[in-house]
Amino acid sequence: MSADANGHAFVSLEGVTKRFGDLEVLRKVDLEVGEHNVVCLIGASGSGKSTLLRCINLLERVDEGEIVVDGQSLTTGKVDVNAVRRKVGIVFQAYNLFPHMTVLQNVMLGPRKVRGLGRGRSEAVARELLGRIGLESKADEYPDRLSGGQQQRVAIVRALAMDPELMLLDEITSALDPQLVSEVLQLVRELSEVGMTMIIATHEMSFAREVADKVCFLDNGVICEQGPPEEIFSNPQEPRTREFLARIIEAGRL
Amino acid sequence: MHAVLHAFASPSAFRQAIPDVWSGFLINVHMMVIAEALVLVLALLIAVVRGLPGRGAKPLRGLAILYTDFFRGTPLTIVAYVCILGLPGLGYGILKNASSEALGIVALTVVYTAYVTEVYRAGIESVHGSQRMAARSLGLSYGQALRYVVLPQAIRRVIPPLLNDFIGLQKDTAIIGAIGVTEAAAQANNFANSYFNFTGFLVGAVFFIYLTIPLARFTDHLIRERELRERAAMV
Repeated sequence: MSADANGHAFVSLEGVTKRFGDLEVLRKVDLEVGEHNVVCLIGASGSGKSTLLRCINLLERVDEGEIVVDGQSLTTGKVDVNAVRRKVGIVFQAYNLFPHMTVLQNVMLGPRKVRGLGRGRSEAVARELLGRIGLESKADEYPDRLSGGQQQRVAIVRALAMDPELMLLDEITSALDPQLVSEVLQLVRELSEVGMTMIIATHEMSFAREVADKVCFLDNGVICEQGPPEEIFSNPQEPRTREFLARIIEAGRL
Repeated sequence: MHAVLHAFASPSAFRQAIPDVWSGFLINVHMMVIAEALVLVLALLIAVVRGLPGRGAKPLRGLAILYTDFFRGTPLTIVAYVCILGLPGLGYGILKNASSEALGIVALTVVYTAYVTEVYRAGIESVHGSQRMAARSLGLSYGQALRYVVLPQAIRRVIPPLLNDFIGLQKDTAIIGAIGVTEAAAQANNFANSYFNFTGFLVGAVFFIYLTIPLARFTDHLIRERELRERAAMV
């Protein structure tokens, strides 16, 4: 059905519909993500990218359709919400670090309270991850002492500390100053290189083109067009995709 | 003028009244400390119950709302009369033998818990929903998100208004004195009846002020510190 070079779909959405009152934010969305693949969701603000990610993390409940992650349906029968979230990490546009905890405590919270690792083990996991992003020296600082880029990288490793099988990134560079964007994207690039399965909502088109195995253009809650990045960016079929990309190029962002 | 000073602020009567009023004041402090400890815990519990999600928790939420509405609206004097004079009349073991002071603590606790519940609730609501969402997205349960992420931030924010309510509680321990507990105000009243001199009340007032001012300054300090921190975070 889709371009899954690596075999079976790790995430699949079928006919997913989500309404807020009368407003249909997602309409019959079908999407497959292969294991170790990176899928980028592009489209204007309000097109449903964030809602789609939140549905996969069960932060929103879908009204119709089915979502399957790693062979387990999230939409039918009784679902252990917390167990699903243990496997599916999400990072938000606004970082949402816990301001009353140090950087280390932020990263340790999940391993300690959810994975049930001991204090020493959790701290080792957290320090190892902070070391990997070069922020070990900031371990005992509070988040408000860090730059936006540093905070967002901490938010990413906070999610990674849960050892997730899937990462959802929700416009994670949109709140950053331009000069801080690249350090965050570099971390995401490294994740894709080690084979992390990711679904990324983004406005960074050249980044999407570079890391994505598949790009989906969302418009008004519908996946209007999807395919390999070179096809979507170089040879879009749908008029609405062409129109969107033309405006992006006009703005100098591709 | 001299007569006024003599009746309300006579230095010799002041010295004379100190021992009795002081012994009464210790009862005020005692009632205040126990009531405040109970209020801190009970109010947090009720505030959390009031915020419970889902339809199943609706009756519990309703009870919490009923409690705060009722006791926030009822004057402490009425609650104190009912507790101190009414409860022993029920004839149950503990209540029958409870001291007026203990029942006064019950009255203070019941009324102030209602106020402080609202303070906590405002604090909990002031923590942005994205914090809870971030905690839940890590796989933390509702209770864990509340305990490790929401409440620590909420409580920090409400410490100043909380201390403000406690200043009110300290002073209201004097109301219990009107209903048979010989605390500072009642001692001062006894003094006035014995010597036809009101200076004992001034002694009581001074004691209360001495207790309140450090707390008020501490509250100011916390507020100022938070303002500085928030301004620093905005830079």
